[in-house]
Amino acid sequence: MDSQSIAATHGELVGGVDPHSHPAFLRHHFETVAQQREAASFGMWVFLLTEVMFFGGMFCAYLIFRNWYHPAFVAGSNTLSITLGTTNTAVLICSSLTMAMAVYSAEMRRRGQLIAFLLLTIVLGLAFLGIKAVEYKEKFDLHHVPGPNFSIQEFVHPTNPKAIPLAPDMAEKTQIYFSLYFAMTGMHALHMIIGISLLFFLVAKAYQGAYTAGHIMPIENFGLYWHFVDIVWIFLFPLLYLISRYR
Amino acid sequence: MSEKNDPEHQEQHIVGPKVYLLVFLALMVLTATTTGVAFIDLGVFNPIIALAIACVKASLVVLFFMHIHYSSRLLKMTVLAGLFTFLLLITLTMTDYISRAWGMW
Repeated sequence: MDSQSIAATHGELVGGVDPHSHPAFLRHHFETVAQQREAASFGMWVFLLTEVMFFGGMFCAYLIFRNWYHPAFVAGSNTLSITLGTTNTAVLICSSLTMAMAVYSAEMRRRGQLIAFLLLTIVLGLAFLGIKAVEYKEKFDLHHVPGPNFSIQEFVHPTNPKAIPLAPDMAEKTQIYFSLYFAMTGMHALHMIIGISLLFFLVAKAYQGAYTAGHIMPIENFGLYWHFVDIVWIFLFPLLYLISRYR
Repeated sequence: MSEKNDPEHQEQHIVGPKVYLLVFLALMVLTATTTGVAFIDLGVFNPIIALAIACVKASLVVLFFMHIHYSSRLLKMTVLAGLFTFLLLITLTMTDYISRAWGMW
């Protein structure tokens, strides 16, 4: 028997006050709703810190390899489309705004507005993944995916007049750049896919009115996750796309 | 226990659309800035400026979208502790790579 059903069956009064006169979503090991929210936020942040360490390992690898094979990283970085990268950054920031507004709607107990903002977040998240898929497809077409089909042609005999041709051994190292590119953006995209899947679940529950009666914790914690994924992209974008442009 | 004075029982601050919109606009302007600066040759300062702008953007998201500016000291400390640990790990790793002859053979 969980705390909720105990609360339902034991309706006795203690000192004239019903000890169970609290919202159904307040668990019995918490004294107040505010305390429960604080504990949930704390738990979510501890989870996000493990995520920081997870992505941090890849950022650290990027830092070290970029210092070792700088010319290869410059050449690899310049094959990325800055237009698509910037568009995706803007799309993701918009989705963070809609998610923040979804949290606000839940706090204001506006069900329709909450569902609308969650759906907008889904649309923007899918737009991000769509643009990412276009970028990935181009890499396959150009044989810039690390592995047996990788081609160093573009880096040894560049078509871009600003590019500096690399020696074949350094040109091979562009595979390390693209390995990190796919690992980092791929893990980021996986987090987006998980986030969008959770959003569908949240929309269904929000439709039933689960989050507009004071219990906004799931929306708030999902918001923290979504903003974290945004922050990862905020760092990926300059590192992968921007800092090595030919000028 | 005095529930009213205990910080963990305080009602959470509701952040309004005005703050969210201002932060959103700041993030958009910073994105445009960092993209524009990428095409200007500033030598070693290109990555430094790009990362500085990224840090400002991330701070804005953490402070306002993720409500840390309005949160309890426990949550502020949690975020800082995570950041500190991450920087510590990066610094210790880099001291090793910088002070050895890796890649010099």
